[in-house]
Amino acid sequence: MNTRNRIWLAVGLCSLFANSHAWAQAKEQFIPLLVYRTGPYAPNGTPWANGKQDYLKMVNARDGGINGVKITFEECETGYATDRGVECYERLKGKGPTGATAFDPQSTGITFALTDKAPGDKIPLITPGYGLSAAADGGVFKWNFPILDTYWTAADILIQHIGKKEGGLEKLKGKKIALVYHDSPYGKEPIPLLQERARMHGFELQLLPVTAPGVEQKSTWLQVRQARPDYVLLWGWGVMNSTALKEAQASGYPREKMFGVYWSGTEPDVKDVGTAANGYSALNMQNELGTTKAAQDILKYVHAKGEGSGPKDEVGSILYNNGMIISMLTVEAVRRAQERFGPGKPMTGEQVRWAFENLALDQKKLDSLGFGKLVRPISTSCVDHMGVPTARVQTWDGAKWNFVSPPIEADLSLLKPMVKVAADKYAAEKKLTRRTPADCQSDAMK
Amino acid sequence: MLYRENGQFKTTYRGDQQIFPILQDRTAIGLVLGVAFLLVPLAANEYVFRAILIPFLILSLAALGLNILVGYCGQISLGTGAFMAVGAYAAYNFMARVDGMPLLVALLLGGLTSTVVGVLFGIPSLRIKGLYLAVATLAAQFFADWAFLRVPFFTNNSSSGSVSVASLSVFGMAIESPVSKYLFCLTIVCVFALLAKNLVRGHLGREWMAIRDMDVAAAVIGIRPVYAKLTAFAVSSFIVGVAGALWGFVYLGSWEPAAFSIDRSFQLLFMVIIGGLGSIMGSFFGAAFIVLLPLFLSQVPALLGIPLSVTIASHLEFMIFGSLIVLFLIVEPHGLARLWATGKEKLRLWPFPH
Repeated sequence: MNTRNRIWLAVGLCSLFANSHAWAQAKEQFIPLLVYRTGPYAPNGTPWANGKQDYLKMVNARDGGINGVKITFEECETGYATDRGVECYERLKGKGPTGATAFDPQSTGITFALTDKAPGDKIPLITPGYGLSAAADGGVFKWNFPILDTYWTAADILIQHIGKKEGGLEKLKGKKIALVYHDSPYGKEPIPLLQERARMHGFELQLLPVTAPGVEQKSTWLQVRQARPDYVLLWGWGVMNSTALKEAQASGYPREKMFGVYWSGTEPDVKDVGTAANGYSALNMQNELGTTKAAQDILKYVHAKGEGSGPKDEVGSILYNNGMIISMLTVEAVRRAQERFGPGKPMTGEQVRWAFENLALDQKKLDSLGFGKLVRPISTSCVDHMGVPTARVQTWDGAKWNFVSPPIEADLSLLKPMVKVAADKYAAEKKLTRRTPADCQSDAMK
Repeated sequence: MLYRENGQFKTTYRGDQQIFPILQDRTAIGLVLGVAFLLVPLAANEYVFRAILIPFLILSLAALGLNILVGYCGQISLGTGAFMAVGAYAAYNFMARVDGMPLLVALLLGGLTSTVVGVLFGIPSLRIKGLYLAVATLAAQFFADWAFLRVPFFTNNSSSGSVSVASLSVFGMAIESPVSKYLFCLTIVCVFALLAKNLVRGHLGREWMAIRDMDVAAAVIGIRPVYAKLTAFAVSSFIVGVAGALWGFVYLGSWEPAAFSIDRSFQLLFMVIIGGLGSIMGSFFGAAFIVLLPLFLSQVPALLGIPLSVTIASHLEFMIFGSLIVLFLIVEPHGLARLWATGKEKLRLWPFPH
């Protein structure tokens, strides 16, 4: 307890506020875990959260931490609500000897709110496959890391895949593609890219919003039935996905023509809807399905001791793998930062930010981590916070997902200028200036 | 013994009409303000400011606004979230579209826009009452949700539909640090609480209360229901609108319509009911109960060192919170403010009750 807190206690608002513990300068790396295990998005949020936590436990049990620095973590329940997420962020950001390592908010809305706060607190945000698409531009978004993919790359890859199915992108002319989306920033993010693609190829884009959380979609599917679009893109989350599939079946829309984003293509979305999901396809950021060596290590070092965060059989599911990947990226960023700033020491958010910007995970490294082909090799830079974006299309056969496409790379010649324009617009609104090359250099000097 | 007014004689009408006629009350409120303005900024840490005090102050302000409508004028509203949203988005638009717009002016303009919308949705109150009015104000909620989600103009054509504000400053001082944000909110809340207290003590407040208690009788003694009800809607939505703008600008910084959803409307209505209908003080009690208690409950397991998973903790939090609301409503249906008043009554007699 420091003096400040003692005064505070004297004021009489006691234990509720006695939050800043006196942390000994221990060799610990604190990783905050924002999760939602309750509410309408819990079925999807839970395996994600379990994957994140189990991987950290496994690294502690198997390797004794990161070069001897033990990983500590704490979960905070956001319920997918932005205000609760902000509170959790404030609660966890100062914990541990060096503060929070990096935040994975698990929600686009919370990411937006934290994007304004993270630069002030010097904590990186890591949002693989979600968050703000423009944040791939590290020149403006210094603290955001949409590593692997964004919503724009998802939309781009989906259109490319549909074009391939039709026999070429030029064949999309005159076609009608509907976007059934969660009416929130999450669902609206892909629209600019789809509009751009629609202009390029001459297809008609129909926008069909679904009010969150998406249990009521009758009117949307009535519109689909009337308009008979050639394809439907599904941008849902949680209960919205399974409802959409059931409604599609009820309104007689073929699931073979429905394509979901990464977050609409996981096991909880299709498992409980029976035959309604058969033939439905969705994107997957991961290059492999099922368990990896890392997952087996989790079974061996965590689940075998009865310390698993969830049921054993969810290990290796898509969302679980996703959580595992996020924790792996965080851990590897800490390791990278240690190489630069001192092995065996806890790293600050600022140092980890440098590492996220200088990640170099090649195939050899991924193999040694036990991720094999699950994640593609990643390298990031000062201006590019995403890496080369790819994803595969998978189809549900009633029992499991099967890949139907090789990894498709998003068209960076189309994306890069759009990202730059959007990032510049953001910078202008926020009165920020673009980072200079010297700024990238100076970070490396620290 | 300590708390009684014996010997405090009022020799002027002014003295008799003070907000706090009793010396002890004046001292107490002075102490509270002194602590809030001077001691808290020195003592509290960042988490307390950002996650507890700022949301508490802003939601107190919103509850205060709603209390004028529901508690003083008796018009039940389920559209508070909508009026907050109108305030927030209007202030955002004034900031984004007008160059060099000062923050304070934008906040007040947000409040004024909310007033206009509030009065508009208050018009049905002239014909319908009670539960039916609640349903009519519910329409405001759904309309606002729809408008801010679907009309790109309101979000300044933001592609994701989420808006955010740039750095804030008032009179050249940056409102960036948690302490400055807290003091900014605190000042606004104090000013509005003082204004509201004086309004409800004045003729307007008495008209509202007359309408609340029996509108026919009020009309008979010469109170115009149109004027009384619409002014209540106007004042209430102005305060709520300013609170909404603060919620967006100061607390969230970046928001989407979900920040002002129907849940927010219910939350505020609960604050007013639990805090005490028709009491300025009650708004603060209610906000404290609804904002602080869940935070407290969610941290209890960690504070006590009980290893509970967040799932169980958050379910427990809902259960305890829910049962406490029910308990309070059974034990003291008039809210925490009445509890407070009863306490003061008892204190006057202490230690020699009859």
